[in-house]
This record gives sequence, structure tokens and C-alpha cells, in this order.
Amino acid sequence: MTITLTVPTSVPSSATDSTAISRRVAGLLVYATLGTLFGIVLTRAQVVSWFRIQEMFRFQSFHMFGVLGTAVLTAALSLHLIRRFGVRSVDGTPISVPAKAMGTGTRYWLGGSLFGLGWALVGACPGPLLAVLGSGVTVFLVPILSALTGTWLYGLLRPRLPH
Amino acid sequence: MTAWPWYVAGPLIGLFVPALLVVGNRMFGISSNLRHVCAAVLPTRAEYFRYDWRRTGGWNLAFAFGILLGGAIVGLTAAPDGTMQLASEAHVSMTALGVTDFRGLVPRELFSWTALTTLPGVVMLSGGGLLIGFGTAYAGGCTSGHAIAGLADLQTPSLVATLGFFAGGLLGTWVVLPMLLRH
Repeated sequence: MTITLTVPTSVPSSATDSTAISRRVAGLLVYATLGTLFGIVLTRAQVVSWFRIQEMFRFQSFHMFGVLGTAVLTAALSLHLIRRFGVRSVDGTPISVPAKAMGTGTRYWLGGSLFGLGWALVGACPGPLLAVLGSGVTVFLVPILSALTGTWLYGLLRPRLPH
Repeated sequence: MTAWPWYVAGPLIGLFVPALLVVGNRMFGISSNLRHVCAAVLPTRAEYFRYDWRRTGGWNLAFAFGILLGGAIVGLTAAPDGTMQLASEAHVSMTALGVTDFRGLVPRELFSWTALTTLPGVVMLSGGGLLIGFGTAYAGGCTSGHAIAGLADLQTPSLVATLGFFAGGLLGTWVVLPMLLRH
């Protein structure tokens, strides 16, 4: 792997490096903090629970549908307001949401169904897998490592799969 | 542990979409982290894993680490091993699957290290995990990226993916789990 560093000649390189590094660490801390809040909400709302996922797929409780529905509505309203008022991100760049390419659609219905099957079996999607492990259920290391294996397999098979 | 009501949790979860956009123009999504970890730790020639994962995924790995930490904070402070308050019909259905212990976020009869020595345990934990990793990579997103952020942005591919999530989930719940756990 080659790493190229471009340093302006007018600034001593050590100062630039340490500023860049501390800015990067600060950035990562912001995301880690947001992730922590997200993990707390997920776990306190029990959307990470196999029991709640079973209730959802059996249509026996409104809880999960209420969570997902109001999450989508809140996010949609936020995106509308961001566009309406041309909100920029804190570094000043215009906010842009990339559009997903439809292609033949195979990857979405087939990949989606395979994931859905796994979601029902484990009772957790990728974020909740981490939250459940964090809450102390150590055996969740197994589905997490298996999920990494699944993604790795996809990476190997990707050229041969219909998208 | 009483669950936070849906009308509190749902809007809070939805707010992570604008929060990540405003903080750094990042699109909410968790499953990409599986790809980033593969790219970081597995030496492979597959093109899918050859990119600058630190630049593309550093923020997301930090976010994922936070989720783990958030789960730990709840685990240490909120006693999540109390009895789950489920719909009575759900209680009946899950009892029929052989679940007798309704304490904690997951049924400990099915999700424990000893359960891994049984066929249902292996299928649910390893097989289920494998499907999660393969399916989310194939579909290009999971519940967060497609069902929440993608649907909120009215993207058709995300609607197709979300319908797929539910098709697979219904198959797993109504066909596969009863077959696996029938006594």
C-alpha cells in the first residue's frame, strides 16, 4: 500500500500532521458519541430483541411498526427541510444524498430476502447485533463473525451474481 | 426493563439521518461496516474490498463502536435481563416454539454458548449471521440504510429491498423457525 502525503511547503510538516490527526480523532469521537446514543435508543426501545422481531413478523404487536414508521417519517421530514432550506453540513459543503441505481433490481429483492431471513433467525440486524453483544450476550460474537464471513463471501462471488 | 414507547424511540432513531448529514455529509447506514472490517483485516484480491476503508468507513466504524458501547451502557445501568412485556399472543406463539424463559433481550434457551452445540442453535446463530452479512452486502444496505434512510428519501430500490426484508423475515418466522424448533 502506498500512502501519499501532500504537505504545503510554507507550514512545518509536524504541525500540519498533528493538527490533521487531532481533527480526525475529534471527528471520530463525534461519530462514536452519536453511535453510543443510537445504541442506547435501540436497546432501551428493545428493537434489538429477538422477542420483538418475532412479534413484528407475526403481526402481534404494533411496537416495531411504530418505531420504524415514525423513524421513516422523521427522517423524511428532516430531508425535506434540509432541501427546502438548503442546509449545509458543518464543514460548509452542501448536503447531498446519493441516489441508488436500480439496475435489474435483483440485488434488492434477492439480497433483501436473504437478509430478512437472517434477521428473523437471529432477531437482530447489523446495528442491534452490536448492541446485544454490548449488553452482555457474548454468544452474539458468533452471528457477528458469521456476518463478516457472509459479506466476505459476497465480495468473492460478486462478479458472478446478478445485480 | 420497560421498553421506551415507539413514539419516543422512532423519532429519535429517525433524527440520526439528518444528524449524520449535518455533522459530516454521511448517509445513515450500518451494514457497510461489515465490508469495511473485511477490507481492513482480510487480505483478498476481490475488487469489492480494495478501497481506502479508513477514508470511506472510518466514521462508520466509530459509529458502530458507539453502538456496542451504547448496548453496554444499557446493560450496566438498566437491568435488561428483566422479564419482557410481550403481547399475549406473542407469548403463546413463542411458547409453542419451546421458549419458556422470557427474561432478557433474547431467549437464553436459544442464544447461549451451549445452544451452539444444537442444530437449531447453529442454524440460527451462524446460518442467520451468514445470511445477514451476505444479504446486506448483496442488497447494498440493511434496515438503517434501506428501510429507514432509503425509504425516507423515497428511493425505489430501498422500497424493493425493504419488501425483500419482510418477505425473508416472514419465511423465516412462519416456516423455517417452526421447522427448526418443533418439539
